[in-house]
Amino acid sequence: MKIFLNLLKTPAFCIGFGLFVATILVAALFPLFYEVDISTRVGLPYMHPSRDHWLGTDHLGLDMVSLLVHGLRASLYVGFLAGIIATVTGTLLGMYAGFKGGLIDDIITMITNLFIVIPPFVVLVLISSSLKEGRSLALIGLIIGCTSWSWTARAVRAQASSLKSRDHIALARVNGYRTFGIVVLHILPYLLSYVFMVFILQTATGILSEASISMIGLGPYDTISLGTILNQAMRNEALGDGVWWAFMPATILITVTVFALYVINTSMEGVFNPRLRK
Amino acid sequence: MPNEKPVFSAAGVSRVFGHGKKAVTALDNVSFHIADQEIVSLVGGSGCGKSVLAKIMLGLITPTAGQFLYRGNPIGDAREHWREVQPVFQDPFSCFNQFFSIRSQLKASFGILNTRPSRREMEERVDHALRAVNIEPPEIEGKYPFELSGGQMQRMLLARIFALRPRVLIADEPTSMVDACVRANILDYLMKLKEELGMTIVFITHDIGLAYYVSDRIFIMHHGRIVEHGPPDRVTMHPENEHTVKLLDDIPSIHKDWLSRTNVSRKPGAVH
Repeated sequence: MKIFLNLLKTPAFCIGFGLFVATILVAALFPLFYEVDISTRVGLPYMHPSRDHWLGTDHLGLDMVSLLVHGLRASLYVGFLAGIIATVTGTLLGMYAGFKGGLIDDIITMITNLFIVIPPFVVLVLISSSLKEGRSLALIGLIIGCTSWSWTARAVRAQASSLKSRDHIALARVNGYRTFGIVVLHILPYLLSYVFMVFILQTATGILSEASISMIGLGPYDTISLGTILNQAMRNEALGDGVWWAFMPATILITVTVFALYVINTSMEGVFNPRLRK
Repeated sequence: MPNEKPVFSAAGVSRVFGHGKKAVTALDNVSFHIADQEIVSLVGGSGCGKSVLAKIMLGLITPTAGQFLYRGNPIGDAREHWREVQPVFQDPFSCFNQFFSIRSQLKASFGILNTRPSRREMEERVDHALRAVNIEPPEIEGKYPFELSGGQMQRMLLARIFALRPRVLIADEPTSMVDACVRANILDYLMKLKEELGMTIVFITHDIGLAYYVSDRIFIMHHGRIVEHGPPDRVTMHPENEHTVKLLDDIPSIHKDWLSRTNVSRKPGAVH
């Protein structure tokens, strides 16, 4: 609680947090007073922004604002899904490897290194292009999560193995805690602030990865995301035709969301690690 | 009823850290027996291997060579071992988890026992143990480790022992951070506990004066070896090894005066 108050005193955190809350509010509350409809054609393709359709229409004549709100929801969803999967996998594997040491550590470290040297984006492209049917938003989130946990695992492993030799772990052992209890009660709390920061970064990475993969045409089939809006704009040569409303708003939304998350992350660093305070 | 089998027996125990050119021998071919209900002090300067030996006794690390037995058996299941053998660690600041209150961590120590005492009994034993180390239970109510001083924390580690009542205590510099008055109290109480429970105590200290005060036997350690051992009177009055002489020389002169005076009765328990 006190940490949260300290965070609120940091201007950078307030800006980042405010922006991020704003994007969530737009995604959640906008449909309440704006008729979000992504299945009816409301006009001709690429109509200019007007009073009825604030950001015009896309290549099919669908309302752009509805598409954006829908896309933002999808992007946030995929970002959180990927962030949760990557953070949980990375943290659990890292803590276990760091605490156990020995052969288990070697094996997990080897797997982690394997995932680090394979560029996640290439894996993402390969898996996505091999899945011709049923490429859903959730599946893409899952794939992103499963390819981006490696750095988290490595960093957490390093911290856990340095915590392992501390006396409070030895005391926990002679107190009768088993591996699971020690990892959850005596290692995780020390890493929690780091893990939370990693989670925010992983969420941002998830949003960006999904946008990238969708933009090159390997995005979800079942829904509209910010990335697929960009993909459609690209395919229909909106750039060449000067149809700015087909790609600018989506680009700005992605940038703002990811920027907000990065600002939150950097400002937290200053609060969680007092040595970085100015 | 002293047990016939020695509590600890070591035969040629060595411990090497690292390997190849960087190998460091922390313990070098150490052999000894510690009998039931005995109080033994391991005395030596920094880096002489006394803490490593303590960790081997606790089963936290295993020797690289030699045989180490607890009551005639090798230390198999560590949890089984800790039901009887408990430590007081050296550095009280790093011993407690800063995210939980001190009291809850004292209660958590009962987790090693096969059958946990009832909730009320746990509270009572913790209260009792706290008073034994000169702390009124309300003083630490709801407090976290970083809110206590070094001396208080060290007393918390001792309170843990008083609450848990193990059969063997491995105390690594248990009174290094408390003032003389509290130290006397704690030693007193440890002796009382020893009488009550028939506890075996291994003291690890660099303070040969304290060792002289409390122990039945003193082991002098240097460079991973036990260079001299024997009853405190003999070791302090007629030291045979140069390192013992050096340790004795390093005692501040006030205490030396007191050491030379004491051929008088020296009984554990009579601390005041």
